[in-house]
Amino acid sequence: MSKVLLDKKDMERAVTRMAHEIIEKNKGIKTICLVGIQRGGVHIANRLSAKLKEIEGSDLPVGTLDISLYRDDLNVRKDQPVVRRTQVPCEINNKKVVLVDDVLFTGRSIRAAMDAVMDLGRPSAIQLAVLVDRGHRELPIKADYVGKNIPTSMNETVAVELIEDGEEDRVVLE
Amino acid sequence: MSLRSKDLISIKDISTEEIELILETAAGFKDVLGRDIKKVPALRGKTTVNLFYEPSTRTRTSFEVAAKRLSTDVINITTSTSSVVKGETLLDTARTVLALGADIVVIRHSCSGTSHFLAKNIEASVVNAGDGTNEHPTQALLDLFTIQEKKGRIRDLEVAIVGDILHSRVAKSDIYALTRLGANVRLIGPPTLVPDYLKDLGAKVYFDMNAGLEGADVIMMLRIQLERQGKGFFPSTHEYFRNWGLTAARVSRAKDDAIIMHPGPMNRGIEIASEVADSSRSVILDQVTNGIAVRMAVLYLVSGVKA
Amino acid sequence: MKIFIKNGHLVDPTQKIDEICDIFIQDGKITEIHAQGAKGKGIGAKGSKEPAAGKFDEIIEASGMIIMPGLVDMHVHLREPGFEYKETIKTGTEAAVRGGITSVCCMPNTNPVNDNPGITEFILRKAILEGSCSVFPIGAITKGQKGEELAELGMMYDAGCVAFSDDGRPVMDSLLMRRALEYSRVRKALIISHAEDMSLAAGGVMNEGLLSITLGLKGIPAQAEEIMIARDIALAELTGGRLHIAHVSTAGSVELLRAAKKRGVAEVTAETCPHYFSITEQAVCGYNANAKVNPPLRSEKDVEAIRMGVHDGTLDVIATDHAPHHKDEKSGEFDNAPSGISGLETSLGLSMRLVDEKVLTLGQLVEKMSLNPARILGLHGDNHSSTLTGIKGTLKPGADGDLVIIDTKTEYTVNAAGFKSKGKNTPFDGWVLKARPVVTVAKGRIYRWE
Repeated sequence: MSKVLLDKKDMERAVTRMAHEIIEKNKGIKTICLVGIQRGGVHIANRLSAKLKEIEGSDLPVGTLDISLYRDDLNVRKDQPVVRRTQVPCEINNKKVVLVDDVLFTGRSIRAAMDAVMDLGRPSAIQLAVLVDRGHRELPIKADYVGKNIPTSMNETVAVELIEDGEEDRVVLE
Repeated sequence: MSLRSKDLISIKDISTEEIELILETAAGFKDVLGRDIKKVPALRGKTTVNLFYEPSTRTRTSFEVAAKRLSTDVINITTSTSSVVKGETLLDTARTVLALGADIVVIRHSCSGTSHFLAKNIEASVVNAGDGTNEHPTQALLDLFTIQEKKGRIRDLEVAIVGDILHSRVAKSDIYALTRLGANVRLIGPPTLVPDYLKDLGAKVYFDMNAGLEGADVIMMLRIQLERQGKGFFPSTHEYFRNWGLTAARVSRAKDDAIIMHPGPMNRGIEIASEVADSSRSVILDQVTNGIAVRMAVLYLVSGVKA
Repeated sequence: MKIFIKNGHLVDPTQKIDEICDIFIQDGKITEIHAQGAKGKGIGAKGSKEPAAGKFDEIIEASGMIIMPGLVDMHVHLREPGFEYKETIKTGTEAAVRGGITSVCCMPNTNPVNDNPGITEFILRKAILEGSCSVFPIGAITKGQKGEELAELGMMYDAGCVAFSDDGRPVMDSLLMRRALEYSRVRKALIISHAEDMSLAAGGVMNEGLLSITLGLKGIPAQAEEIMIARDIALAELTGGRLHIAHVSTAGSVELLRAAKKRGVAEVTAETCPHYFSITEQAVCGYNANAKVNPPLRSEKDVEAIRMGVHDGTLDVIATDHAPHHKDEKSGEFDNAPSGISGLETSLGLSMRLVDEKVLTLGQLVEKMSLNPARILGLHGDNHSSTLTGIKGTLKPGADGDLVIIDTKTEYTVNAAGFKSKGKNTPFDGWVLKARPVVTVAKGRIYRWE
């Protein structure tokens, strides 16, 4: 049993709204740096970047952040997560880093991501943008920009499918 | 994707996919090494024991740095082989190390097969840092990583390995790794150190240095163990350098963009001329840096496989 | 003590017997053999009748079983004196009878070395007191096996040594080897050569070849053995001494021996061991120290040549080179592990595979494992005083009542942990073999197993 929560159009609208919110909150995009969390967050960050350019007219490079080395479940997992590249093209010291992820769930990934960002430099602030917030937080973490809030139960899965991964743009509840 | 075994003992025993996984993972770690904070918490709380039965500053330090960059605690145990023969058995030492709480044991030993033996007998992950004249898998992996980085590929490259192939665990691991990934391997040196059996490993054997270097993309020099001279493998270091030393003139036989590698420590003036070692073609220091990234990848990946 | 063994299939080439027989032993000697089946054939066939049970101390039912003269193993390390933690005369001979072997020749590389009549007598006395089977010491050729000066060959011979060898190491000095072969002629004593050119072997630990390179282990080329065999054959021709080549392992060695025998070098004999015709150097893979042996396990081609050599008679004897070692010594670095295989309890089973594979007939197997070594060692009533040694290698009336009753049909799994020998070091652990002794009779005593 799967249910489509967001389709292509919904996703586009959500990204557009988040882009506007980011500009509004930060009074433009000069002081910010977009960092997508590997892997889903990177695609959303790229879309946000494109949208921000459309609105503001200037390029905003997107950093990629691999959090596997900062995870808190390395000792309990069966195998090691695949280590992907971390590449942040801009200096993050004294910048506002906007972390971007596809789904916000327990908050543990975001905790790991904040640690990873801190090891890269000292941003003036860290903000969080997520396409979907499905609840069930285990840590005191809250998103600054949310594409859509979707109440779920613990045993459900939220899958974000993107054309970048060769699929159709949609968010599915399974 | 993960490694199949809790240990890294030899290139022979791992799959091409595993080699590629290690290299890809190492690329992620190389990013870490370029930062101000060159450390990640991935293996926080784990303990790495460097069990070295042979003096080796380079490899031990490289493993130590790699382990520390991953936030593991590192204990160095350095013992000379001779005293161990008289005293504690390898197994007893290994069990002691385990009782100390080791999660990963990095072992260097002058006898071939010791890391294999250790891996079979203890639950901790075992990483071979060189066993006798058998293998030195992390060196081959860092060589692959460096070649890949400099040349963009491994497949179809002409790689010349020069020197004491017979006694070189580095050469063995490199031959297995390079042929597996599709490079053409040439082995160059005196017949006493480059036995004919090696042809069966899929390599070409040259006794003539100039012929062997012709058109090479990569020149890997091996360290000549000076004590081999006393055992009659070659008459003198002087004669050795005349025949198989890497000079600028000989480098010119290789491709214009050929790179020069050496696992270190170098014997300048014996297997390699200083001007070559210090030339822009030399990637010897890149090998050292890449060694840390590759060893981080190995430590990270083996610790993800439970016994 | 009178023993009656009935209905067994006796194989004894010395009497041309290969049929169901009844065997009578009294006070440790064969008294009568009654062939049952064929009318008028075989020794004592006409007198065959069921003797009254009451007249015997022991009656052994052997129907369905093969009976052979007790096996004579001319290459065994009993380790005593000096290395009792590896093996003793007691445990070694217990292992021997378990393997159907009723006579063992023990090599002199003990501590102290058996290089004088005192040690020889010590071994013989211990063997009488504690041995399950006959023990014939082999003395050292040189004092301390150092390869420097001749040991007291004559006095050791008179004390009971049946041959001389520096086994474990060669006599590298050609002049000294010449002297040994010459001097031993006084008593027609046998000189056994451990053929290994030490300088060429150069501290190797396995066969030289691609495998030794890929395992990173130092190789010993086949030529290290062949050079010494060629030398020793030449010295035997020069001196007229009696030369026996121990543990032949290479194709080239077989060729040298074949040529020598063809040429008519009368006094040259040779042995091989079950591991040289059963497994190749591949057994070393995984750094299995239980497959470390000297000479080393060789290539497929060599194994094939050894089998041919056994088949065509170039190799006269199958001996074990039983070399027990302590578990701790075989565990750890391959380079540091001592060489040797604990072979007494697998020898018959492995050799019987040659019969199954038609390399040997059953009669030839008896020759290789019993008759030929007995003859070569002078234990066949033809050299030493048979009142001292007894007559081995045959079950003719008057010979020693040493024999083995073998179940050749039931398969069993080799279990090294269950060896009688203290040495559990075998590469054959877990192998499925046939031909296991169910009864061995040695020194007039009966050993039975389920």
